[in-house]
Amino acid sequence: MVIHMLERIGRSVIVMLENGGRVIKLFLDTVGHLRRKPNGHHVLQQMVHLGVNSLPIVMLTMLFTGMVLTIQTAHEFIRYGAQSSVGGIVFIAMGRELAPVLTGVVVAGRVGAAITAEIGSMKVTEQIDALKVMATDPVAYLVVPRLLSCMFMLPVLGIFAIVIGTVGGYLVASTYSGISSFSYFHSIKTYAVVMDVLGGLIKTIFFGAIVAIIGCHKGLTTAQGAEGVGRATTGSVVASMILIFISNYFLSVLLYR
Amino acid sequence: MISLKNLSVAFGNKPVLNNISLSVEKGETLVVIGPSGSGKSTLLRLIVGLTKPDSGEVWVGDQEISGAEEDRLNVVRRNMGMVFQYSALFDSMSVGENVAFGLRQHTRMKEEDIARVVRRKLRSVGLSGQENKMPNELSGGMKKRVSLARAIALNPGIVLYDEPTAGLDPMMSATISRLICSTQRVLGVTSVVVTHDMESAFWVADRIAMIYEGEIVECGKVDEIKASSNPLVQRFINGMAHSGAAAKRRPKI
Repeated sequence: MVIHMLERIGRSVIVMLENGGRVIKLFLDTVGHLRRKPNGHHVLQQMVHLGVNSLPIVMLTMLFTGMVLTIQTAHEFIRYGAQSSVGGIVFIAMGRELAPVLTGVVVAGRVGAAITAEIGSMKVTEQIDALKVMATDPVAYLVVPRLLSCMFMLPVLGIFAIVIGTVGGYLVASTYSGISSFSYFHSIKTYAVVMDVLGGLIKTIFFGAIVAIIGCHKGLTTAQGAEGVGRATTGSVVASMILIFISNYFLSVLLYR
Repeated sequence: MISLKNLSVAFGNKPVLNNISLSVEKGETLVVIGPSGSGKSTLLRLIVGLTKPDSGEVWVGDQEISGAEEDRLNVVRRNMGMVFQYSALFDSMSVGENVAFGLRQHTRMKEEDIARVVRRKLRSVGLSGQENKMPNELSGGMKKRVSLARAIALNPGIVLYDEPTAGLDPMMSATISRLICSTQRVLGVTSVVVTHDMESAFWVADRIAMIYEGEIVECGKVDEIKASSNPLVQRFINGMAHSGAAAKRRPKI
């Protein structure tokens, strides 16, 4: 009984390590392909598809996150007479943690799933094999443009996220909590430093790489038809989110210790 | 042109091909027949380098590719085209873009020249003016023909066909068989056709090889295969069930 359980744990660990190794290998292969000039048209196409089209949902998420954060903090801060700190707190929270992580999570759900579903259905309908037969490397053709566009577009989305989150906070602070515009924005100027935004944007570059590589890896290893595509897509979103949360902790320690 | 020497492949513990040797001459059409699961498609995947053999050699022209790196394989693949069983058209691209894919990837042709080649190739498979259709707007037979147009867009020396008539009605099967013959005649390509459609096989083949349980049980010209004394071959080409199970009539009630 115990041996059987240990065997199952061992097997799971081996599968996990194998998958981890494959993801790292795919990332290194993709980086290796960057020596050759990537197809600019494909990269731009993916930037629009994966980045620009994600902007509305990212903005909506961050607007309400900024608003709810202010509702929760402003009331308590006013009680202790610290209403002049609300803007700074909201901005720092947005820049360091909320904007990068929530942008990463939203993009993992929208873009990661789309990448896996698209590449996965190409895999099960032999389109990946067709690419290979036509002397086209699937990593160079499919993975490189997605990795580049995610790594470039996530920081751009992150900037929008910080701005919209802060504006959302301001709307609530000024209308609901009676904090003046001057007080709100002055506190941002007083408390925030460049690194609050820069660190968050550095994080989004990592999160973009995670979403793209996990999405592509799950897609390229899809098996067993339509059911397999569904399973791979779910797996891609879950794995990306978990990795975003874990890496966020270590990136925060590195960037803000 | 293509030479397979002592090839063996197993997936896990299951042997798929067992010490197979086969060669295809330049300009020849070899048809590989055999029941489902006998290793026919694996044979094609070995020739094009999509599957690596456990042992043996795969020669395409003067290149041995069984252990080749992707870069070297890609050089060999530029002289190959393949028609997949389910067509494998890129469904995010139009018919024209599918046919133009190889030209855009591997040549520096101008767009107007590419459009001219695409028009010519589509005309050769009887699909003139279909450039702007999407793959999901096409019937099975049309998809196969676009797949053939895409495979021959770069005028390859070798064309591989994986079950080109599977799932098609008899008239469309005949059309595809005619296209395989005309492609061979016009472009002088070396062709390997994997099929279990005997009518098509007899039509297009210069030689036929039969695979059974991972081994080649017969290989010869069409007449030799028709006259083969091998009971496995006769049962297969005449569409009879496996030994003993054939023709047990139900008693009349």
